[in-house]
Amino acid sequence: MPRLTRALIRASLIYLLAGLLLAIGTSPGLRSLAGLPSAALRPISIHLITVGWLTQLIMGVIHWMFPRRSQEQPRGSQALVWFAFVALNSGLILRAVLEPAISLAYDSRLVWPLAASAILQFLAALALTLNTWTRVRPR
Amino acid sequence: MPKLTVLAVRLALINLTTGFGLGALLLISKATGWIPRVWVYLPVHMDMLAIGWMAQLAVGVAFWILPRYRGGHRPHPEFAWIAIVALNAGLGLVAASAVLGDQPQLAVLGRISQAAGMAAFAVHAWPRVKAPGSG
Repeated sequence: MPRLTRALIRASLIYLLAGLLLAIGTSPGLRSLAGLPSAALRPISIHLITVGWLTQLIMGVIHWMFPRRSQEQPRGSQALVWFAFVALNSGLILRAVLEPAISLAYDSRLVWPLAASAILQFLAALALTLNTWTRVRPR
Repeated sequence: MPKLTVLAVRLALINLTTGFGLGALLLISKATGWIPRVWVYLPVHMDMLAIGWMAQLAVGVAFWILPRYRGGHRPHPEFAWIAIVALNAGLGLVAASAVLGDQPQLAVLGRISQAAGMAAFAVHAWPRVKAPGSG
């Protein structure tokens, strides 16, 4: 299993655990977590699971198992997939911290870093798409 | 990779990028208050990522990788093709419902089309889920 796949799958497992713990913390029986309203944390829990776990797990398996592109670059551009890994995780962590913070107490200094977290995650998806596209081809 | 898998995986990648792009616009709108109208596209964002990305990728990869029959053939591939067409028609109808506004019947038709697509794929995949050497 390539090193990048190991990093992607291990990170995805951490997000699964974090997402599920947060889902427990925001369940209707428990009114709030650390004073934060459940409504502010629920989107974070959903995105930790769907983006951090599911999408990242898929990224790791695609990188590992999809047909090889060529002898020279069997898995396409390593740099592009490392970029996707860093952008996805930095974007998601930034969002997980800033979105509830801005919901709790609006601070204009947090607006642009939160917008940047959105762009980072989009760039991660774009990088994965670009690298995978040429590995998906008819026999 | 069979042609259907190539098509399904590429469509899934398009849905991934577009869905994340829409999600980025939603989060930027939440942060800055810009373009509040973008929130009508929240169901499209969820649909593109849950159905267009994940479900479609699963259909494409399953068609490629599930056990084949003797001689290496995949039985009734037409049902898998119907699945891809219905799934994407459904995504289009849900998106059209959001774009046109106040057209909930289009979204319902879209969901019916997606469910029919997944049923068609189940018909294709069911006999391929088998013990080694049988079939």
